[in-house]
Amino acid sequence: MTARVRTASSAVRTPNSTFFKGHLEPMNLFRAIGLTLLFLLATLSSSGASEADLRGIIAKFATAKGFSEIGAVVHELAATGDPAVERPLAALADGNLYVRKADSLVFAGKEAGESVQLSNPLSGEASGEAAKDDITKIKVNNTLRRVIRDALGTLTLGAKDPAVRIAAADTMFKTPDAANIGPLDTAIASESVASVKALLEQARAASVLVSDQPEADKLAAIALIGARGDRDAVSLLTSVEANSTDAVKEAATAAIANINSTLAFWDAGQNIWYGISLGSVLLLAAIGLAITFGVMGVINMAHGEMVMLGAYTTFVVQQVIRTSFPDLFDWSLVIALPLAFLVSALVGLIIERGVIRFLYGRPLETLLATWGVSLILQQAVRSIFGPTNQEVGNPSWMSGSFNVGQLAITWNRLWILVFALTVFAVLLYVMKRTPWGLQMRAVTANRRMAASMGIRTPWVDALTFALGSGIAGIAGVALSQIDNVSPNLGRGYIIDSFMVVVFGGVGNLWGTLVGAFSLGIVNKFLEPYAGAVLGKIVVLVLIILFIQKRPRGLFALKGRAVEA
Amino acid sequence: MITGRFFAAGADRRIAITIFILLAVAVIVPLLNLAVSPANAFYVPSYIVALTGKYLCYALLALALDLVWGYCGILSLGHGAFFALGGYAMGMYLMRQIGSRGVYGNPILPDFMVFLNYKELPWFWYGFDHFWFAGLMVLAVPGLLAFVFGWFAFRSRVTGVYLSIITQAMTYALLLAFFRNDMGFGGNNGLTDFKDILGFNVQADATRSALFAASAVTLAVAVFVTWAIVGSKYGKLLMAVRDAESRTRFLGWRAENVKLFAFTVSAVMAGIAGALYVPQVGIINPGEFEPANSIEVVVWAAVGGRGTIVGPIIGALLVNAGKSWFTGVLPEFWLFALGGLFVAVTLLLPKGIIGMWDSWRGNARALRAASIAEEAGADPDVQPPAKIVRSAARKPGDWSASSPEPQPAE
Repeated sequence: MTARVRTASSAVRTPNSTFFKGHLEPMNLFRAIGLTLLFLLATLSSSGASEADLRGIIAKFATAKGFSEIGAVVHELAATGDPAVERPLAALADGNLYVRKADSLVFAGKEAGESVQLSNPLSGEASGEAAKDDITKIKVNNTLRRVIRDALGTLTLGAKDPAVRIAAADTMFKTPDAANIGPLDTAIASESVASVKALLEQARAASVLVSDQPEADKLAAIALIGARGDRDAVSLLTSVEANSTDAVKEAATAAIANINSTLAFWDAGQNIWYGISLGSVLLLAAIGLAITFGVMGVINMAHGEMVMLGAYTTFVVQQVIRTSFPDLFDWSLVIALPLAFLVSALVGLIIERGVIRFLYGRPLETLLATWGVSLILQQAVRSIFGPTNQEVGNPSWMSGSFNVGQLAITWNRLWILVFALTVFAVLLYVMKRTPWGLQMRAVTANRRMAASMGIRTPWVDALTFALGSGIAGIAGVALSQIDNVSPNLGRGYIIDSFMVVVFGGVGNLWGTLVGAFSLGIVNKFLEPYAGAVLGKIVVLVLIILFIQKRPRGLFALKGRAVEA
Repeated sequence: MITGRFFAAGADRRIAITIFILLAVAVIVPLLNLAVSPANAFYVPSYIVALTGKYLCYALLALALDLVWGYCGILSLGHGAFFALGGYAMGMYLMRQIGSRGVYGNPILPDFMVFLNYKELPWFWYGFDHFWFAGLMVLAVPGLLAFVFGWFAFRSRVTGVYLSIITQAMTYALLLAFFRNDMGFGGNNGLTDFKDILGFNVQADATRSALFAASAVTLAVAVFVTWAIVGSKYGKLLMAVRDAESRTRFLGWRAENVKLFAFTVSAVMAGIAGALYVPQVGIINPGEFEPANSIEVVVWAAVGGRGTIVGPIIGALLVNAGKSWFTGVLPEFWLFALGGLFVAVTLLLPKGIIGMWDSWRGNARALRAASIAEEAGADPDVQPPAKIVRSAARKPGDWSASSPEPQPAE
């Protein structure tokens, strides 16, 4: 969450932020939906004086004489409370702030041989270079450096934006320094947000551990850090363990052991999350197949290419939006969804009418013919768009990540999970509650009887196939967010999709759901032990063995027919 | 006895002619390559010899697939795996023959192992410095894999598309496995840079011609073996299982054993094809395990005519010659052509070229061959599709009784 908030505040800060500003609304809307789902609150706020004010203050460096006057300017900058002043102050402390003699403008600089590369002290944008003789370095001494550091510390610790305070506390936790204790104490005293206060206390505890404070304080600090229980805490405690003796060392060892056992639990949680995420991808890829293969018995080897068509539709939509309606970029996926469905469904309809309907009842021939279709589609896309990967961007509401405890959850994966489940639910509704779904099931159960009742079975066949293909298309929209959009996109999913459908049990949507998620989770649990590739091989072998045991999958439809 | 039958009955003239042509080619092509001067019009350039030799290996692979698909109804989408395993066994022998002439000059370890910091030869590379052992492995490894795989699959009555899909998963799993560097098979790059086979330089024209001749003779033998299997009583059983598995089982036959035998023999044939292929192309890498390759083999058999012995050979030769020509002249359009071929063959030529040929010829022998091909060309309960298509298209209302219908998988 920190990362996202920071992006937003930086967007407001940077001079060319109009592009982002125009998008805050849809972005917030989508975020709000996502956050309500997780019962989390997004706080977007930014603070600080206007950029012009800051520039005015910085310009005073050029006229300030002597260390005390420079110190006064530093205090003035710090008093703005704007996190943007961190950059010029840090540059000043490192002796990297320069005044150009010609126009008395202040720049941050980086020495490169005889010349100095100049940049805007606030934004960090490059602004050319200058010879050393043309500029004067603003000199600092140790007293001034301490002033700057305190100013920086209090500045960020006292920033209005809680996210900045959190970031400051994090930095101080990771680079503990006994000198931080003072500023942290004042910050803790004035902190009102409980979560930030806890972080500040942890940062203080980290600083205590590297200071020469009495043992009792250190033990308390270890207890505090031990309660934090993440990987940073482990690395900090490990270094404490190495550098201390007796009671402190023992306490650190115990705390590390304690944290590690908690972390193992979180690791399992993270694996489950990765597994669920992979499962949602598999579900998306396989669910269309579950319809065409499961309901109609058609082996559609071109299914992966339907996914690819959906991904390319997304690409085209984004291209059009980028060139013509840049404001709508955040809506590009929403626009692409129905289009991808239509494109893939149309292609599916053409394939069904043109090829597959002549091959009903001959599954092996269907397999070969659709394989041929898949080659043609792949080559067609390659001829039109070229063989290289196309760039499909993430809308802002799909980028970034947030943490739940020790779990790192990226937004795009979360959205794909939500999306996959939504598609599944909609499909289930269509199959079970609509007249069309009823006809589909009737035709599946007894074709002749359904025909006698007046159902136009060829239409049902064609539309069912189009539905399956269209769902593959919208799966492509989602997969374009996490995979390379290339003509080979579909190839990578076809075998996995078949595995999911066959494992779950053909003709059963719930089986596909269970199959997708169990395969995803098993895969991700094997990965840490066996490696990604070997894990996948093990899963394939397990499925092959599983099919031996239950040739009709997990949830087989029961029948009395002798012939399968 | 079989040989006696072969000559006495004059059983199948087509088989005899095929074997004769193959044997003749095995003698004539190397002669024209080696003994005729390059200026002569009858000279066969070395690259043609190598290319045709490669096609003959493909033809052997297609024939192997046809034995299980055309005669036993098992559509294996993993025959490329057996082919590649045979190829790897031969490749390992060829790697060991390089000896200290490799880039790193290690007398025991192949180059890639030195590169990957292997300290000693992995156990499964022992013995591959002997040709007889490698030869044995060429037969044993694909055969064993097919036996184990088939034993599990056929006993639990995995049939039809399910079997196709798990054979595809099998070759896919092997593909992933062989891409791994720590498998000890050269990972991504596979095995290459071969020098000698049985002491002869693999690059030399004479060796190439000998390999070509070996491929042609092996193919001829395979044709004979397949003919013998198909023509025997066991062959009848094979086709009975293909056409009505349950009925055969109810009659007291063990359908799984029948299928297992055919599957294993077919895998061994595919392995031999791979072993002959590798020294001729000079490389074997995990790409050979690609599921796409295995499916391509299926289309070779389908184009030529499955359920016939000569068909797959013709199909493999034609499709691959077409591929070489196409990729040279119109590289972008090859996949269109191949894809179109898949669709066209399944829709228009379900019996393949041989089947069409037999349909055109009206004599009694052709009718018999056609009936065999027809049995192979379609599942038992389905009529020839082309006719149905038209009737369905002409009379939109009249679809329920005769048009092909989807059969939901159960």
